[in-house]
Amino acid sequence: MLYTTPRYRIMGDRSLLVELGDHIGIDVNRKVRELFTALRLAPLEGVVEAIPAYASLLLIFDPLKVRLPLLQKHIQHILETLDPLSLPESKTVDIPVAYGDEYGPDLKWVAQYHGITPDEVVRLHTAHVYHVYMIGFMPGFPYLGELPKALVTPRRETPRTMVPKGSVALALAQTGIYPNPSPGGWQIIGRTPLTLFDPAKTPPALLQMGDQVRFFAIQEEQLARWQA
Amino acid sequence: MASIKTLEILAPGPLTTVQDCGRFGFGRFGVPRSGAADTFSLRIGNLLVGNPENEAALEITVVGPAIMALANSTIAITGADMQPMIDGQPIQMWRSHLLQRGGVLSFKGRRSGCRAYLAVGGGISVPIILGSRSTNLAARFGGLDGRPLQKGDVLCSESPAAHLKGEGATLDRALIPFYDTQQRLRVIPGPQRHHFSDAAKELFLSSRFKVTPQSDRAGIRLAGPRIEAIQGLESSILSEGIAPGAIQVPGDAQPIILLGETVTGGYRKIATVISADLPLSGQLTPGDSVQFVEVSMDMADTLVREMEGLIGRFRNQTGLYYLAR
Repeated sequence: MLYTTPRYRIMGDRSLLVELGDHIGIDVNRKVRELFTALRLAPLEGVVEAIPAYASLLLIFDPLKVRLPLLQKHIQHILETLDPLSLPESKTVDIPVAYGDEYGPDLKWVAQYHGITPDEVVRLHTAHVYHVYMIGFMPGFPYLGELPKALVTPRRETPRTMVPKGSVALALAQTGIYPNPSPGGWQIIGRTPLTLFDPAKTPPALLQMGDQVRFFAIQEEQLARWQA
Repeated sequence: MASIKTLEILAPGPLTTVQDCGRFGFGRFGVPRSGAADTFSLRIGNLLVGNPENEAALEITVVGPAIMALANSTIAITGADMQPMIDGQPIQMWRSHLLQRGGVLSFKGRRSGCRAYLAVGGGISVPIILGSRSTNLAARFGGLDGRPLQKGDVLCSESPAAHLKGEGATLDRALIPFYDTQQRLRVIPGPQRHHFSDAAKELFLSSRFKVTPQSDRAGIRLAGPRIEAIQGLESSILSEGIAPGAIQVPGDAQPIILLGETVTGGYRKIATVISADLPLSGQLTPGDSVQFVEVSMDMADTLVREMEGLIGRFRNQTGLYYLAR
């Protein structure tokens, strides 16, 4: 649910977690984005980092510049005067994916788990528009939701020690993309040739919270063309 | 200002990276803070050689490198005691020294702590990426090409000659931290404290945990009694932002102190190490043990002000601050 009043949780003496709800949902996530955007437009003295997530915003502050009670009061005031129209427009990004085979080693397993064909998994995965709930876990990693019910899949029992860069994966009702090689426990169904994170670019991440994502299938031989 | 070759890596040690105080403001892109695991030692090291506190230095892990000076440089070693030597002669830590061109800095062996810092007058000239010179090893950017130092690497510093008169600056012995193999870290209750029973919280605060070899810059992994969440809760929570020092308890019921490499996470956090003790967490070494002591938010606030006051006085006292570029 979307809390009527936020829950403030302390994560150490220099960080405040503002929890706005307790579930994965567009309404809560939009509220997080509104609060985050308001703080970007009018930064609070002493706040050195703000990390938005599904249903919360973590604020890390310099305790020599601002004290917790004052910070909390500011946040409360911002929340009470939030303007829903102030959100920047979100973009829709189309993401090419080579599904299956060496690029999606778990595609067959996912299909078997749901009693459908791998092609049907691809059809379902590409038929939806996904909301970027947050970027986290590693630089540029988008948490996308929600998957159609027919694709809701448990994580792998044994996480892989190394998931290749660009892997498109599923876990529960989420889908995501690994921007860099990393250990990971999600089911890998394909790979995108797009670069999700480039620290030399502004912004460094291809996707941002609030964006929309559509996947489309490409053939293996098309991978190189997209990498250019 | 000229960038001059100052250091050549003769032997890198197992993990030596370029770090400053960390990367801020890019959390929304999933970029963690990185930076020195022990910012106290980094900041004091920089002040000793006349740098701004946030300048980039080398973070040395467990085993020291061998480094040759390519130009006369002012250096200081802080943090873990690895018995630093210049040309085979032991040198005092927490003090600035002249490393003459051709001179070799090496380390005899670790006596305490996990991470030593080598600060150089004029810093380590690597590009500022997303606001910081820190190395992010997982995403492979920042520092020197996003990787640990290797044999043959040559590092540059900005106008090292301007820092040479800082030689001999020393931190008062009474202010040097002590890295006990039986460490006590002060904590305040974490954001999911209510997911643990009173008995579990009591067990967490009354037990000694062993630091395991799986610990790294991302987190200090502990082994000890199982700290179980209240039964009937989901196995994880909604992913949320993480502050360094957060102590998470994953499904195996063994706590992990998160340092600066984790931006978000979905495990419950029972407590958070207070800012004043966070640098000590970065000095925990596999085999050490740690016990957590709960303090109030007011106490944590007082202690961080004391630490910042100490650093501020040292900044003024050295006067080296004013030599900074």
